[in-house]
Amino acid sequence: MEGLEKLKKTPLFDCHLKAGGKIIDFGGWALPVQYTGILEEHHCVRQRAGLFDVSHMGEVRVEGRGALRYLQHLVANDVSRLSPGQICYAHMLYPNGGTVDDLLVYRLAEQEFFIVINAANTAKDVAWMQKVALDFRDVKVYDLSAATAELALQGPLAASILQRLTSADLSKIRYYWCQRGLKVAGLLCLVSRTGYTGEDGFEIFVEPENAPALWEALLQAGRPEGLRPVGLGARDSLRFEACMPLYGQELDADTSPLEAGLERYVAFDKPDFIGKAGLLERRQAGLKKRLVGFEMVDRGIARSHYRILKGATEVGYVTSGMYSPTLARNLGLGYVPPEMAGVGSEFHVEVRGQGLLARAVPTPFYRRSRR
Amino acid sequence: MYPEDLKYTKTHEWIRLEGNRGRVGLTHYAQDQLGDIVFVELPAVGKVVKQGETFGVVESVKAASDCYAPLSGKVVEVNSRLTDEPATINQDCYGQGWMMVLEVSDPSEVGKLMDAARYQEYLKEVGH
Repeated sequence: MEGLEKLKKTPLFDCHLKAGGKIIDFGGWALPVQYTGILEEHHCVRQRAGLFDVSHMGEVRVEGRGALRYLQHLVANDVSRLSPGQICYAHMLYPNGGTVDDLLVYRLAEQEFFIVINAANTAKDVAWMQKVALDFRDVKVYDLSAATAELALQGPLAASILQRLTSADLSKIRYYWCQRGLKVAGLLCLVSRTGYTGEDGFEIFVEPENAPALWEALLQAGRPEGLRPVGLGARDSLRFEACMPLYGQELDADTSPLEAGLERYVAFDKPDFIGKAGLLERRQAGLKKRLVGFEMVDRGIARSHYRILKGATEVGYVTSGMYSPTLARNLGLGYVPPEMAGVGSEFHVEVRGQGLLARAVPTPFYRRSRR
Repeated sequence: MYPEDLKYTKTHEWIRLEGNRGRVGLTHYAQDQLGDIVFVELPAVGKVVKQGETFGVVESVKAASDCYAPLSGKVVEVNSRLTDEPATINQDCYGQGWMMVLEVSDPSEVGKLMDAARYQEYLKEVGH
């Protein structure tokens, strides 16, 4: 626990200590990697429900009469298609098509938006957003990160647990929709049906001073169903199985959504947006790499940054890799030349100097069964 | 948590000496820090290792970690159960979770290892 004093703490830090969280330095934040164990927490979210503190995430409010016009320029997806209360996944791009960050855009009202960005990118993103805003009239960009706590309640039982704490009918909040001004355990929240686990679930935004009360109320309400607090270790293994990208691994400043297989979030039919020309150029020239999901055929675990080989030649790299707790197989995501990205394609992953056989498999690795 | 009859390394392995042989595993501290162990790579029987050299790898959900030989010697036995049940190290690190047996080639190297009391002091010094 030494050296944690200088880290940023979320409003739930004391709750994590109380719950036995093993605190680590996560990009400058003191957050729990696990409480009882990553595998147990992972299975709990897949089978029942888990509660996560994701207050380190950044939040930005964009409003003003020019807000929509600004956002249509700022992100690659088409925000104009959202109704108030609807959410989309999108990317901010550099002019060359490389990714500034991936994010969620919440359309709260016609000209009022709430944007959720990656914790590690918050400062960079806000600076980028403010710089782009200089060219637009009637738009205001507010960094709300410090004034917003975020909890994620994820898993097949999430809805029934949350329903106990609110009089609103949660079945009316569909996937990728949100509702603000919702009272949960008597506390005013913004609730969205979103998540980063591949399960049904909610992300709940609340004022920092109310976060501990909300955390405790949720844990208590979910106790009969086996709800547990879940740390960042299982957050990563859950998103990995669902093949949801992680900035810094599947996406970065050199990599566009095209290489990452996220074309469906790019609205090429918009007149213009930052990065459109760069993406078209990449497409024209032919993509140099393509994200592939693979299974280790030989015994071994691929890890981020391991080299991918064809024969003795380096042809790519692993972005994420681990033992998949749900599928009980060693799986990975990585970049390879497009011609090697088809399902069934074989290549080697260099693990401690040895080339181990891997085979491309369909993604996502895990998809929940919808009831 | 740290049996008296074992010798310990600064890299958190233990060895139980029985004549010229020594059984080797990971300490309670090591398995606790790693968390759930999901993969173990063991040396081939017959492999000769030097004190402090990598003899195997354990991987948790999050990361891979090398394991270092407490003494020099030849690997005469490995715990193949760990291949299918790597979590045995978490459950019983000094018993069923042992990793290999070494035929010790230089008993004088034992002087470089720590006893249980010294190892626990060491854990405190490094801040645990």
